[in-house]
Amino acid sequence: MTGTGYERDVGGPSGDQWREVQAGPEFSELRRRLRVFVFPLTAFFLAWYLLYVLLAVYAPGFMAAPVAGNINVGIVFGLLQFVTTFVITGLYASYANRRLDPIADRLRGRIEGTSAEAATEGEGEDR
Amino acid sequence: MSEINPVLNMSIFGAFVAVTLFIVFRASRNTNTAADYYAAGRSFTGSQNGFAIAGDYLSAASFLGICGAIALNGYDGFLYSIGFLVAWLVALLLVAELLRNTGKFTMGDVLAFRMRQRPVRAAAALATLAVSFFYLLAQMAGGGSLVNLLMGIEGEVGQAIVIAVVGVVMILYVLIGGMKGTTWVQIIKAGLLIAGALVMTVWVLGLYGFNLSEVLGQAAAQPDGKGQDLLAPGAKYGENTLTQLDFISLALALVLGTAGLPHVLMRFYTVPTAKEARRSVVWAISLIGLFYLFTLVLGYGAGALVGPEEISTAPGGANAAAPLLALALGGPLLLGFIAAVAFATILAVVAGLTITASASFAHDVYVNVIRRGKDSSAINEVKVARITALVIGACAIAGGILAKNQNVAFLVALAFAVAASANLPTILYTLFWKRFNTTGALWSMYGGLSAAIVLIIFSPAVSGSETAMIPGADFALFPLSNPGLVSIPLSFLLGWLGTMLSKEKADPDKQAEMEVRSLTGAGAEKAVAH
Repeated sequence: MTGTGYERDVGGPSGDQWREVQAGPEFSELRRRLRVFVFPLTAFFLAWYLLYVLLAVYAPGFMAAPVAGNINVGIVFGLLQFVTTFVITGLYASYANRRLDPIADRLRGRIEGTSAEAATEGEGEDR
Repeated sequence: MSEINPVLNMSIFGAFVAVTLFIVFRASRNTNTAADYYAAGRSFTGSQNGFAIAGDYLSAASFLGICGAIALNGYDGFLYSIGFLVAWLVALLLVAELLRNTGKFTMGDVLAFRMRQRPVRAAAALATLAVSFFYLLAQMAGGGSLVNLLMGIEGEVGQAIVIAVVGVVMILYVLIGGMKGTTWVQIIKAGLLIAGALVMTVWVLGLYGFNLSEVLGQAAAQPDGKGQDLLAPGAKYGENTLTQLDFISLALALVLGTAGLPHVLMRFYTVPTAKEARRSVVWAISLIGLFYLFTLVLGYGAGALVGPEEISTAPGGANAAAPLLALALGGPLLLGFIAAVAFATILAVVAGLTITASASFAHDVYVNVIRRGKDSSAINEVKVARITALVIGACAIAGGILAKNQNVAFLVALAFAVAASANLPTILYTLFWKRFNTTGALWSMYGGLSAAIVLIIFSPAVSGSETAMIPGADFALFPLSNPGLVSIPLSFLLGWLGTMLSKEKADPDKQAEMEVRSLTGAGAEKAVAH
């Protein structure tokens, strides 16, 4: 059988089983950990980026103020956007490795274990 | 311009094509199933895919367009780099892993997961084709101006022939190598591009005693340029209230567009797990960030060493800044290398776009809309995808011949606006909002897509200004060049409104399955073992 998207979940856990996992405490904890981390961080970097854009548009004088030689506030602000992007990337990667992956791995093992026959069938899918 | 040696340029490019075609042939030996053709058997590692993402993303727009924009307009060109980079955080934090866990081959897989299949897949495919079309146009326009500059080929016919040859090579990559071949081309290209940019950056900095301030000062000191204005924001967009709004609109489209680009999303399916997808984004952000730091030096370096006068009068205009800088630094040999890399860039990006658009048509439209998911073999699906790739390749060649001399960074910004309006709201809603339903998805996708396209048609980018695509006519009723400021919020609003107004309930079983799968990776598509 080849994948078409329609039969994707044939033989997998049933809707009830998915809902059972979804309602369970471990899954709630996983979802909570993901959301309390990524939502505030997304709000922060979007606001920080927007601040940069608005300063560039409405306060060009401020951005043109020299800092050192020909390097001005605008260049520094622009480079800081690079710095925050790299830092957020690192923070998220380490948070996900430490706080998200262990729960996700455990839940996945349990779900795929309960539908063992389905899993082997699914693995043959693309062959 | 007499120093430009077309034979040398073409030989270096020819060598690149020969080497990559050989690799593509080798990679194609294992391409049998749909998962092989669309997703390279999901067998790439995170770092390989990170390079391929960088190769896919650092398009001609990034390299030629941004360097040119910084050289001529200074600081305002820098915004492109920052927007293009920060945008990756949306993909990293909200989209990449969840998408890898729920989808199979296309963006439509995720968008339609818990919705009514046929209408949502049709909308997703339409949006994919629209975004790919704008992006293709931008790349081929870049190709047109490069031909002009680097191959020493004058005249419409000669240029058209070269664009056609580039198009045919691209089609070969896609048809023979599928996603695996295309990915290798992108990996090689990313390595060459970043290495080339690194060499030029160190060279420019070396000429000025490794003092960035000195480079900036020299660029500002050019007599025929914009002087000190080059170093602060406002040189291009600071004129009046409208241009300021246009700048904000552009900024919004850039930061929200990336995570809605179908060809970027499809790259996440080429790795075996969500963890590898995360790793690939971390690699991609590092490589892309590094590259954009280089463009800052290269753009101002071109302004300082080549000068705005020579850049704006060169064939290809602003897009010629980076190649001319290479010529000024290392003579014809470095120019030949950079020119070949720029061509390879266009080739690799166009191949990635073509495979995405053809996958979306074959997988979403042919299999799931036309055949309703019934009795279709993978062989058939891949065959349809290959035929579609041929058609799209032909369109790309025609478009490239027509769309010369537009600033490619600007054209790409339009593609980002369409992606951010048509795709991103639905992706985020379906992943994070339980109540979201089919009506909301359709309203948001069709509403965002048509708003973006209609506003572009009636914008000063198309008519009513000297730099417009149709300079003779004037039907520019909408004052902004970039539609993002209006069309993106509108699309979010329509998704919410459609969901609230429709009586249809979200399917709770499917919602549970999607949410659990997206977060845990249970039941996700596995790598193909060869």
